[in-house]
Amino acid sequence: MNWRRIRTVFRKELVDALRDRRTIISTIIVPIILFPLLTIGFGAVAAKAVKKMSQETPSVMILGAEYAPDLAAQLATNRAFTVTKPRANYVAEINDKQLRAAVEIPPGFEAALLAGNAPPPEIKICHYASEMRSEFAVRALQKALLDYRDQIVAKRLRDKGMNSDVLRPFETLQQNVASAKKVGGNLLGGLVPYMLILLCLVGAMNPAMDITAGEKERGTIETILASPITRLELVLGKFFMVLTMSLCTTVISLLSYGLTFSLPFFALRELTKSGPVSLDLSLGSVLSLFVLVVPLAIMFSGLLLATSVFAKSYKEAQSYVSPLMALVIIPAVAVMMPGVDLNFSLAMIPILNVSLVCKEVLSGTYHWGLISIVFLSSCGYAAIALSLAVHFFKKEAVLFRS
Amino acid sequence: MIAADRLVKTFRDRKRGEIRAVDGVSFQCQPGQIYGLLGANGAGKTTTLRLLATILQPTSGTAQVAGFDVTTQPGEVRARIGFLSTATALYGRLTARETIEYFGRLNGMDEELLQQRATALLELLELSQAAHGRCDKLSTGMKQKVSIARTLIHDPPVMIFDEPTLGLDVMSARAITRFIRECRDRQKTVLFSSHVMSEVEKLCDRIGILHQGKLLAEGPPAELKARAGVADLEDAFVRIVEGLQ
Repeated sequence: MNWRRIRTVFRKELVDALRDRRTIISTIIVPIILFPLLTIGFGAVAAKAVKKMSQETPSVMILGAEYAPDLAAQLATNRAFTVTKPRANYVAEINDKQLRAAVEIPPGFEAALLAGNAPPPEIKICHYASEMRSEFAVRALQKALLDYRDQIVAKRLRDKGMNSDVLRPFETLQQNVASAKKVGGNLLGGLVPYMLILLCLVGAMNPAMDITAGEKERGTIETILASPITRLELVLGKFFMVLTMSLCTTVISLLSYGLTFSLPFFALRELTKSGPVSLDLSLGSVLSLFVLVVPLAIMFSGLLLATSVFAKSYKEAQSYVSPLMALVIIPAVAVMMPGVDLNFSLAMIPILNVSLVCKEVLSGTYHWGLISIVFLSSCGYAAIALSLAVHFFKKEAVLFRS
Repeated sequence: MIAADRLVKTFRDRKRGEIRAVDGVSFQCQPGQIYGLLGANGAGKTTTLRLLATILQPTSGTAQVAGFDVTTQPGEVRARIGFLSTATALYGRLTARETIEYFGRLNGMDEELLQQRATALLELLELSQAAHGRCDKLSTGMKQKVSIARTLIHDPPVMIFDEPTLGLDVMSARAITRFIRECRDRQKTVLFSSHVMSEVEKLCDRIGILHQGKLLAEGPPAELKARAGVADLEDAFVRIVEGLQ
């Protein structure tokens, strides 16, 4: 094996890729803007929208106010919502989002309360499930109704010469004992590895397709095959370039992630200061994430080369690579599901294992035994993927498929 | 020198089964000689040239190129050939000079010698002005000149041309044929394939007529015409091919 020739191919492919607009966008620009856009940009817009909605006074309707004049009077003076006149088509109005919720008071409600009849009368709140403004109205109505119920309970206890404290023999208090880093890791621990893994693949995708299927399409493959370079040297030169682009995307993503949460002028940093949440990445965490992602990048580079070399054109390569993307996304997303934690079996599943370890590292947990298994199994998968790429590059039927 | 010895290449096709693209082809081409492989589309010309350039592996038989065996010493063979065809495109995002240097480095050339030869070739082919322009911005004629420069950078003793003038305009095609003659004048072994009779007749010292993977006849153009009893190479080609059928 001639390393000078491998280096020559690597350099040429790198120069070639860096002059390709598609590669520059997918490898450099997307990872730079993705984290700030998703976290600060999207997060800020979403927070602003929720805040705006919560400040709005929802309009609600009370049906059967004549059965509970006292309650109706209290609800009418509540400033958390505006009570509108009762109308028969309230269901349609809720569906049309003109009305946020409606309270249905059953006939004889107040009389039943006074009599203390069992079973207790029921008040129905009609709303639009999954519609945020309607949910806010329901929340406000429930609070008003519970306050009214507490008033009745307190009155009944008073009538029997008892204090309402008898209903509260003890209080509960919640206290978070997890470190701010762990809370932050748990919050973003699923999202960050997912984004890293996805970008690691996306960074390698375009260069891999361009230097295999793209080269076949442009007719340059025959030019290079007639030169003294061996197929192994050729595939290694190309592989190192794809790997470089993939790692380059990963490093840029990590830097972008670090800056997003570290620099003081970024808004999210200010937001996290208010609560016990730490989203900072230490140098150790960054290095650990990088080391874990390296075998994954090798595996992606090998797999993408092996898949794309089959295609006769760039377009055909895209149709082969798309299912690969779905295969990567599924285990990367699985880590966000509740109860999926790193264990020996999961440490052997490619992509999911790295995703789980990244999540643990982000929350400051280092299970070295499992981390070693993840790293070694990922290296094993990477070696298989690379051998596959070399194998296909040596096959005439693949290179000259027509 | 090129010496093909009973070269066979078969391909497997799902619909058509086994296809013998090259079927026992043997011929010799000496230094200072242009040998033309003449045949219709699908006759096996490209496959034969790819076998000799070691881009493909023969199913059976072998060939010697510049004294090296194509099956056992493919790297040595490729280091001694310049391969040019209409299918061998250039890297569009590299400049003309970068392309020439790339192939020089792949051929293991010393950096100082590479720079000297690249400069000399660019001047010789009147490419100095376009040396730093990207290949995808060059005209078809200029691209062909860059392709010639990249095949010549390591000064190979054997040149293989697969339909090099296909799709080119008259001026570009003339530049290519002039270049092929110059290769012969410099005592290189030149193997050339085409389906254009006039081109082959003008250029080649010997011709091999290839049909359905088989070499039906070979010899100097005049001898082939005399053997077929006609005055025109095209007629001779048709007689020889029809004679088989």
